[in-house]
Amino acid sequence: MTKQVRQLDRVIIRFAGDSGDGMQLTGDRFTAETAEFGNDISTLPNFPAEIRAPAGTLPGVSSFQLHFADHDILTPGDAPNVLVAMNPAALKANLGDLPRGADIIVNTDEFTKRNLQKVGYDSNPLEDGSLEQWRVHAVPLTSLTVKALEGFDISKKDAERAKNMFALGLLSWLYNRPTEATIRFLETKFAKKPEIAKANIAAFQAGWNYGETTESFSVSYEVKPARLAPGTYRNITGNQALALGLVAASVRSGLPLFLGSYPITPASDILHELSKHKRFGVRTFQAEDEIAGVGAALGASFGGSLGVTTTSGPGVVLKSETIGLAVATELPLIIVDVQRAGPSTGMPTKTEQADLLLALFGRNGESPVPVVAPATPSDCFDAAIEAARIALKYRTPVFLLSDGYLANGSEPWRVPDPDELPDISVPFTTEPNGENGAFLPFKRDPETLARPWAVPGTAGLEHRIGGLEKSDGAGNISYDPDNHDLMVRLRQAKVDGIDVPDLEVDDPTGDARVLVLGWGSTYGPIAAAVRRVRAAGGKVAQAHLRHLNPLPKNTGDVLRSYDKVLLPEINLGQLAMLLRARFLVDVISYNRVRGLPFKAQELAGVIQDVIDSE
Amino acid sequence: MSESLNGKGLRLVPKADGKQTLKDFKSDQEVRWCPGCGDYAILAAVQSFLPELGIKRENIVFVSGIGCSSRFPYYMNTYGIHSIHGRAPAIATGLAASRPDLSVWVVTGDGDALSIGGNHLIHALRRNINLKILLFNNRIYGLTKGQYSPTSELGKITKSTPMGSVDRPFNPISLAIGAEASFVARTVDSDRKHLQSVLRAAAEHRGTALVEIYQNCPIFNDNAFEDLKDPGTRDDITLRLEHGKPIVSATKAVRRAANGALPGVDRAAGPEEEILVHDVHNPDPSVAFALSRLDEPAFQHVPIGVFRSVDRPAYEDLMNEQIERAIAEQGRGDLRELLLSGDTWRVN
Ligand SMILES: Cc1ncc(C[n+]2csc(CCOP(=O)(O)OP(=O)(O)O)c2C)c(N)n1
Ligand code: SF4
Ligand SMILES: [Mg+2]
Repeated sequence: MTKQVRQLDRVIIRFAGDSGDGMQLTGDRFTAETAEFGNDISTLPNFPAEIRAPAGTLPGVSSFQLHFADHDILTPGDAPNVLVAMNPAALKANLGDLPRGADIIVNTDEFTKRNLQKVGYDSNPLEDGSLEQWRVHAVPLTSLTVKALEGFDISKKDAERAKNMFALGLLSWLYNRPTEATIRFLETKFAKKPEIAKANIAAFQAGWNYGETTESFSVSYEVKPARLAPGTYRNITGNQALALGLVAASVRSGLPLFLGSYPITPASDILHELSKHKRFGVRTFQAEDEIAGVGAALGASFGGSLGVTTTSGPGVVLKSETIGLAVATELPLIIVDVQRAGPSTGMPTKTEQADLLLALFGRNGESPVPVVAPATPSDCFDAAIEAARIALKYRTPVFLLSDGYLANGSEPWRVPDPDELPDISVPFTTEPNGENGAFLPFKRDPETLARPWAVPGTAGLEHRIGGLEKSDGAGNISYDPDNHDLMVRLRQAKVDGIDVPDLEVDDPTGDARVLVLGWGSTYGPIAAAVRRVRAAGGKVAQAHLRHLNPLPKNTGDVLRSYDKVLLPEINLGQLAMLLRARFLVDVISYNRVRGLPFKAQELAGVIQDVIDSE
Repeated sequence: MSESLNGKGLRLVPKADGKQTLKDFKSDQEVRWCPGCGDYAILAAVQSFLPELGIKRENIVFVSGIGCSSRFPYYMNTYGIHSIHGRAPAIATGLAASRPDLSVWVVTGDGDALSIGGNHLIHALRRNINLKILLFNNRIYGLTKGQYSPTSELGKITKSTPMGSVDRPFNPISLAIGAEASFVARTVDSDRKHLQSVLRAAAEHRGTALVEIYQNCPIFNDNAFEDLKDPGTRDDITLRLEHGKPIVSATKAVRRAANGALPGVDRAAGPEEEILVHDVHNPDPSVAFALSRLDEPAFQHVPIGVFRSVDRPAYEDLMNEQIERAIAEQGRGDLRELLLSGDTWRVN
């Protein structure tokens, strides 16, 4: 039987199940197949902080959303067209996000009385008519998988666990995805357990065949490849891109990379990734705490490495004193803050943008630190190189503000040619710079105001630095009031003078009166919202800040040239406060702090309201 | 310079071209400790000892925390970082791990090392990174003007404990041995010869060396170690730890008791042959630990010297070995290849 194939321009699928059901893996594999097929993609994993919350409960639900299309897309999508629910908890937790008419594929085997009770269902929603507004495909995924694997020499438990591959096979059939890479993947993943590998592959194929042969699915769908710019692509998460960006910065600066880090969600994957790249001379040091992580990174910078520390908000707070030391000693240092929902431990796996003011001001004394924020997962690569460029050129700590959404979200990335990446190398100082062969560690470059970087091992340039205030030029301990005033201003002037590109405005008609401004990971949702507004005839300009300190020189001019400036942030208006103070512009702040990215539709409504209120 | 220096602690540090003198290691900064502070004697001892190592001055780095003692790097004409309170071992760890060609020294106080920086200290010791940690123990917070410290004796009356402190002190040597330290020693500020002999042993050791230096603070805790210095008591209470020699003072000795304990006892109370012979290389830390308890209570018999010196791979040697192995097995990293790793596809 050949079934009908229907064309779609885009699809949003959400895989949801128990944390033990392997939904992240299933989502990753579907993403890989879809990338290989050539669609544009954006993904959003969403998992509980608990490694294994009690099975079958609502807090234990883990999900992976994937948006793919035949055109370029900017977000993982607002609402799924298809929900794969592996148990009643997954159904209940996600139903609220499903638009009328969406497809639901449920694993009926898990809809037992006990499991239903666990999540507070009095009757079985598959039978009581409560799912009428959706298209439900009831599939006994577990028992079909077990049956398909009857001939294999594996335990019943292992057979049941392969049900996610059955589901993946079914979805792969439904959307005509290529399957070879997944089979190869399973072979490698279970290379040490060939029987398990074969069983998983068989489950995957059984899922595919189930789609093709049963009545439950009458049509399959095709989403044509997207027309992306020519080049070689790979799918990449923000954390991976950031780690590769750091390696690239090491190569392009000619300095060995030293990472001092303490594990913390959602930043740990950067530590994991970098620890694999020893062939690049990368040293990764898992410290006893965040303070030691940043301390070791700073010590390595003193010795001439590219010192980096990676963490999330609670770790930044611990590092503050050492970052202040880096400001005082004027050494290069990169502090990566993968922001998560706070305060305190907050919601470790959920995203937020509420560390901006912490990064800018969270230290004692006048302690200016440049801040760079990537806009998309793949942009983390370029942002990491930019942070390194500033750190090295100006001899300063630099904050790189990623967040949970960028860290775990993924998108296709056009792999750059390494030779076209910027050369960010800076020379060490090797000769005395004062009279009679003296070395003056705080005699600055008149243009950048950077002080010389002379590393141990350089004869004749022995010198001592530290947290005590130093005299301008000679760098001896100084309590002179005027010297302190001068040094405070010099450190500020150095950061203020960093060469950052102008803020670019996207305004196709050129006569928009409303500007939507953003920073960091809100780029995708804002840009998608702007598209919707424009498609509906609205006029709106968009600009996105990548440098939060210093701000681009034209920022004030841009803000002042619009009647209204709207600034959505996943905090209570931190950048808005700053811009109002700096530029006396009455920025309209839009804030939601739900641990989730904005939805394009929601922002489109907000933008339209601002336009309409003109 | 001894053969072992080439082979161990300073194996990778380049040798000096010519002969060095004490003057080479004095910086042009005015030393600003209180008159009579024990820190002067330690500084002079270190400055006159370093030329002996015969390594390039520019390859020596002193890293300190915060405290009176932590001003030390400013007075040394080497590279140096005067960092923040308690964090010197962490900063020095990054430096030593990334630069095996350096000789890295940490200078810290009892508050710096054992209060705020206690965590970094024990982790540096267990990792065995190639650092030489000089712990200036004056049993008081000097810089903040005289509060009791984690090594102050119980009942200490200070500004912050007018009725006497109620928390028990750490014994730095016991703590270090408990933290898996591979080299632990104690010396005294006023005994230059002994201090330098301990520094020499520390420098030769590959891995973390913890050297506790009893240091007098005449302003806030004067004469804390007077019994070890006063000619009338000194020889009675000082148990010299020397490898292969019986552990004795003029009148005291260490003998194994019937229950297995190692108390300090009257030297004359038994035959000399039964006195414990010191073995610094004993892999079992329990004897060194027992020796570290001898100064309690109240300084009746105080061991001075190297308690323990055992061979264990240094952290940075293992770290760098992994890098070399990765390069040897898979070749030096190629950025293009790395960026293109994973599943890729072409768009034309
Ligand atoms: C974060 C921080 N907390 C407190 C202080 C204040 N402080 C400076 S030195 C010190 C104690 C120093 O005692 P110790 O380490 O024994 O050094 P000493 O002065 O006795 O040589 C304290 C509490 C500080 N500098 N930084
Ligand atoms: S306060 Fe004590 S430790 Fe500090 S410099 Fe004076 S004498 Fe030395
Ligand atoms: Mg002290």
